[in-house]
Amino acid sequence: MRHIISLLMENEAGALSRVAGLFSARGYNIESLTVAPTEDATLSRMTILTRGSDEVLEQIIKQLNKLIDVVKVVDLNEGSHIERELMLVKVKAAGKDREEMKRMADIFRGRIIDVTDKTYTVELTGTGSKLDAFLEALEEGTILETVRTGACGVGRGERVLKV
Amino acid sequence: MELTGAEITVRCLQEEGVEFVFGYPGGAVLNIYDEIFKQKHFKHVLVRHEQAAVHAADGYARASGKTGVALVTSGPGATNAVTGIATAYMDSIPLVIISGQVPTPAIGLDAFQEVDTVGITRPCVKHNFLVKDIAQLADTLARAFYIAASGRPGPVLVDIPKDVTQQKTEFAYPQKVSLRSYNPVTKGHPGQIKKAVQLLLGAKRPMIYTGGGVILSDAAPQLTELVRRLGFPCTSTLMGLGGFPATDPLFLGMLGMHGTYEANMAMQHCDVLLAIGARFDDRVIGNPDHFFQEPKQVIHVDIDPASISKRVRVDVPIVGSVADVLGEMLKLIKGAKEQPDEGALKTWWTQVELWRSRDCLHFDRTSKLIKPQAVIEQLYAVTNGAAFVTSDVGQHQMWTAQFYKFAQPRHWISSGGLGTMGFGLPSAMGVQLAHPDATVACVTGEASIQMCIQELSTCKQYHLPIKIVNLNNRYMGMVRQWQEFFYGNRYAESYVDALPDFVKLAESYGHVGMRIESPSDVEGALKEAFSMKERLVFLDFITDQTENVYPMVPSGKGLSEMILV
Repeated sequence: MRHIISLLMENEAGALSRVAGLFSARGYNIESLTVAPTEDATLSRMTILTRGSDEVLEQIIKQLNKLIDVVKVVDLNEGSHIERELMLVKVKAAGKDREEMKRMADIFRGRIIDVTDKTYTVELTGTGSKLDAFLEALEEGTILETVRTGACGVGRGERVLKV
Repeated sequence: MELTGAEITVRCLQEEGVEFVFGYPGGAVLNIYDEIFKQKHFKHVLVRHEQAAVHAADGYARASGKTGVALVTSGPGATNAVTGIATAYMDSIPLVIISGQVPTPAIGLDAFQEVDTVGITRPCVKHNFLVKDIAQLADTLARAFYIAASGRPGPVLVDIPKDVTQQKTEFAYPQKVSLRSYNPVTKGHPGQIKKAVQLLLGAKRPMIYTGGGVILSDAAPQLTELVRRLGFPCTSTLMGLGGFPATDPLFLGMLGMHGTYEANMAMQHCDVLLAIGARFDDRVIGNPDHFFQEPKQVIHVDIDPASISKRVRVDVPIVGSVADVLGEMLKLIKGAKEQPDEGALKTWWTQVELWRSRDCLHFDRTSKLIKPQAVIEQLYAVTNGAAFVTSDVGQHQMWTAQFYKFAQPRHWISSGGLGTMGFGLPSAMGVQLAHPDATVACVTGEASIQMCIQELSTCKQYHLPIKIVNLNNRYMGMVRQWQEFFYGNRYAESYVDALPDFVKLAESYGHVGMRIESPSDVEGALKEAFSMKERLVFLDFITDQTENVYPMVPSGKGLSEMILV
């Protein structure tokens, strides 16, 4: 099952490699991983998208908690949550495709943030599946480049992950 | 007053009450060594290889209950130490390893003797640090000692660049360390403990299975009281031996791959299992699916939540220090109205005794060759069962675990998790330094001993009168045994050819050497060796080459699927 894990960790050199190393050493799967400092510069927030059975997830959470630098861990799937991912897609936009590309971006509420006479760069935010859907909707051969940040997430309502 | 980084490092060790630093000098740690030279608070023990420094610190920690300290230089000093660090990590031994590093400006430039020590050791330490700022040095060392010894213990490495040992700053040693990201639980959950006690008192076929956590938590008295009060059968992993007296009839011997028939059968067929400071590893319960073919309820006490429900499902998890949880359990049991079901327990014991009567550890006592088991039996008798015994890894390790009836904790010092050949002799040095007047034996084999044999020199320098019991069968015995059982007797590279004359070798290091080739000489030789209180004696026992360790649960099989002799 797909899980989205959020964690707060000390913003120290090497902290990221401890998490990445743990996943590879124990054979856990990482679909995406994002990390950046929070409003408190001593803390980093990381979001990890992973897949595994309930038993594996339990171990992942425990093993993450065991890392000395990790302050808090939560499986966002335990409650309702919001997740978003940012994608930049550079597409061919010449001739008759140009108008079609603009329309597609609008339908998906994307923004065109860079334009040349042959290309558009579309910025799109949403859940992973929405981004997937956009890529699938584009005609074959029109994508020049795709960059995705990986998911980040937050619990709904008053549920807060804080020290 | 401002102190240099090297002075601060030494002061921190003094503040921690360190008695011994096991180490080997080199370029990156010369400033630290210069400060060690000038002080008298702790003693530096010069080993002959960095692996031995860490094993010695490890042996010291296991035998004393204190944190062991090792000091190595950058590059090869650190990489040589890795085997020792991984050994301590797998067995949860509290160590602080200080490694030198190239000066900060040179880091990342492939400098002479540079290696990414923090990167290399990351997967085999509880935590590690690279100290780039001298202002952080004292704090970091204090944290290292705190992290190493608290919670589930483990090795912590502190990597100190050479320029940091030269810089100066004001020194103040933190009196208390607290980390917002690290707060190990000690007290077990009262509700869970109550549930566990109810389950235990209602059991028809109870079993107690204990591990290294009992030793690490200094919980042998609580465990002993608990087992005796309940009257339940008790077994132990390799790491837990000595946590409950092996001389007690309630003890069924070690369990697992080379555990006794009675211990493994009782594990398989119990209805309530109390696991204490043990982690159900593959060498202990074999195939977990097979283990649960006989339905059972499992209570698991461990300080590390990640050890619980890792390999087997657990019905009553209790996270907490073993000593604390057992203490609480005892209180509840003493106050409980219900008592263990005597009738059921009697039936269960009848079954257990039937298994025990199989006498699974019997061996040929009429052989004209020296049987390794007989040597350990004699060792036990000659040392009155009170010696500290270290081991290397292989058949000799299993025979020692089976035949030396450890009655006290911290007396059996062996590399369980990592299974490190070469551990025995250097760890015995640490044990002997921790207990200078105690009898220390290192049981080993001719293959294992050669992996750290250079330490005979260290033993001479520091007058460590260890007794080395070498079970010499001219084979890597355990490898040969697997090849005999599972590889059609094809003994690929397991014959140890071109052996040195161990007697002369010991003598050349300034020790006493003895070769024993006849069963009738075993007892006399051991008595003679152990009467030489001031000398290291290398006893080279030429043993039966074909002897195997029984029982054996083949890898991947169930606990009750033992090969018996």
